[in-house]
Amino acid sequence: MNHSNGRSAWQRFRRHHVATVCLGILAILLLMALLAPVIAPYSPTKPAGTFSQPPSREHWLGTDKIGRDMYSRVLYAMRVSLTVGFWATIISTAIGVALGLLSGWFGGWVDRTIMSFTDMVMSFPYILLVLVAAAIFEPGMTSIVLILGFVDWPGVARLVRGNVLSLRETNFVKSGVTAGMPGAWILFSEILPNTIAPVLVYATSVFALSILDEAALSFLGMGIQPPTPSLGNILNGAESLSVLTGKPWLWVPAGTVIILLVVCINFVGDALRDALDPRNLQ
Amino acid sequence: MGKYILKKLLRLVPVLLGITIIDYAIMSVAGSPLDMLTGPRMTEQAIALRASRWGLDAPVWRQYLNWLGQVLRGNLGFSYKSYQPVTEMIGSHIGPTLLLMGVSSLLGFLIAIPAGVYSAIHRYQKRDYAVVSASFILSSVPGFFLALILIYVFTVVLGWLPSSGMTTGGVGGGFADVARHLVMPSIVLAVGVAGTNIRYIRSSVLEILEMDYLRTAVSKGIGWGRVVRHHAFRNALLPIVTVVGMQIPVLFGGAVIVEQIFSWPGLGLITMSAVLSRDYPVIMGVCLLSAVVVLVTNLLTDIVYALVDPTIQF
Repeated sequence: MNHSNGRSAWQRFRRHHVATVCLGILAILLLMALLAPVIAPYSPTKPAGTFSQPPSREHWLGTDKIGRDMYSRVLYAMRVSLTVGFWATIISTAIGVALGLLSGWFGGWVDRTIMSFTDMVMSFPYILLVLVAAAIFEPGMTSIVLILGFVDWPGVARLVRGNVLSLRETNFVKSGVTAGMPGAWILFSEILPNTIAPVLVYATSVFALSILDEAALSFLGMGIQPPTPSLGNILNGAESLSVLTGKPWLWVPAGTVIILLVVCINFVGDALRDALDPRNLQ
Repeated sequence: MGKYILKKLLRLVPVLLGITIIDYAIMSVAGSPLDMLTGPRMTEQAIALRASRWGLDAPVWRQYLNWLGQVLRGNLGFSYKSYQPVTEMIGSHIGPTLLLMGVSSLLGFLIAIPAGVYSAIHRYQKRDYAVVSASFILSSVPGFFLALILIYVFTVVLGWLPSSGMTTGGVGGGFADVARHLVMPSIVLAVGVAGTNIRYIRSSVLEILEMDYLRTAVSKGIGWGRVVRHHAFRNALLPIVTVVGMQIPVLFGGAVIVEQIFSWPGLGLITMSAVLSRDYPVIMGVCLLSAVVVLVTNLLTDIVYALVDPTIQF
């Protein structure tokens, strides 16, 4: 994509006012997560005051049942959740792109094998696979990233395969083949760049999904383990009735952050789809 | 048609086998159920006895073949934990899960289909944006968080609805009692279904609205309402069938978490406890069942598609 296309894509993106606002919110949240060690007033894992205190000037979001500062915990939790989402998306997108390219380019038995494997993974109740996998590995950040990364790729693979199949029929690829260009060159210099936009859009939804899944897993106690905070395991504490009724500061902030992150990522992805649509390029 | 179905059925067999192999492999890597047998009376001898009784002393591929052989004879084995036959366990828990999934998908699609069609008809207007934004928000709320909020509002604050189980006190309970217990779990699942599907339905109806035959119908001057009812909706049913089919595995997965939170006595609840205690036969039974359900749904989707769409040859 050249400079002027980039600019017009940005202009089309800006037309989506909600998405632009969301991009701003995401930027702020991301910055807060990145700077957590600097801006967090207390340690996220060590008690910093008396327990179960409501929000006050010393503890903006109160303290939890062993006296840890909730504001610091939510900041660090955001960091953990975003990191998990980011790496899970990178892994699944990489696997999906690689398999999709292979499948679409070579066709024949390669295609059939890869696609039936994709079907198998797709026809699995997703959570069941994640749960069984989570039971295998020592729970922790690396294993969550790997599990989500290895489960989320089939959608990307199908998308890329479909794109390769239709790009193979375009004149610029055909002329490349006729001119005797090596297959690898055509694949990486002509086909791959033209599938980046849809993959990017799809990746935003995988990102949002990974954040939700990490939260769900940690909520069930099979994800990020305490004392490390994650948005899901903070909410795990809210399953008790006394927390739910009497101490909303322990669960409302973490839940709000999850919803805010996922809603914003989805809106940005939708605007991106519009902005990067080749039909909109002049 | 019969030949078409047969061909599709035959293609399912290797996929199903593949799924069970992956399942068994993952499960075996997870660790042996023998590790979970601890306690003062668990001597090495007792463990070895169980290992040979459960066939766990054989190599993994051998264990898998044994399991497969039993399944082909209609025997899913016995739970390591409760010693109940797996078929019996599944049989007694499948009803609540089907009830929950059925009610929530019905509710979800009752919201999603009209909203999606409405949004597509009014495309690029304020109303369309409002519906699409609402669907984004609905699909972004984690099910378990929504469950917490619902429990907070309806159980804790208002005291209207029970927050766990399927009947009061776990006994009998009439229709009204079950319905009251069903409200919150099915709302949580339905919100997820509606959130994701409004956009699918919108975009598939949009695609059809841009077809030439609709433009022709409009230009004949028969009125927008009739065009939508007679020409657009019937064609839009096709992609909607696919969307409904795709929803089944998602719902099944979502049910695991929702059942856990609301202690709904369904398959999700036994699955979670089986996963935690490495109860191989139960895990394999549930995985097999869900794989069969998903594949059969896909098959039915294909068949309905082939029946409705004249351009598909079989």
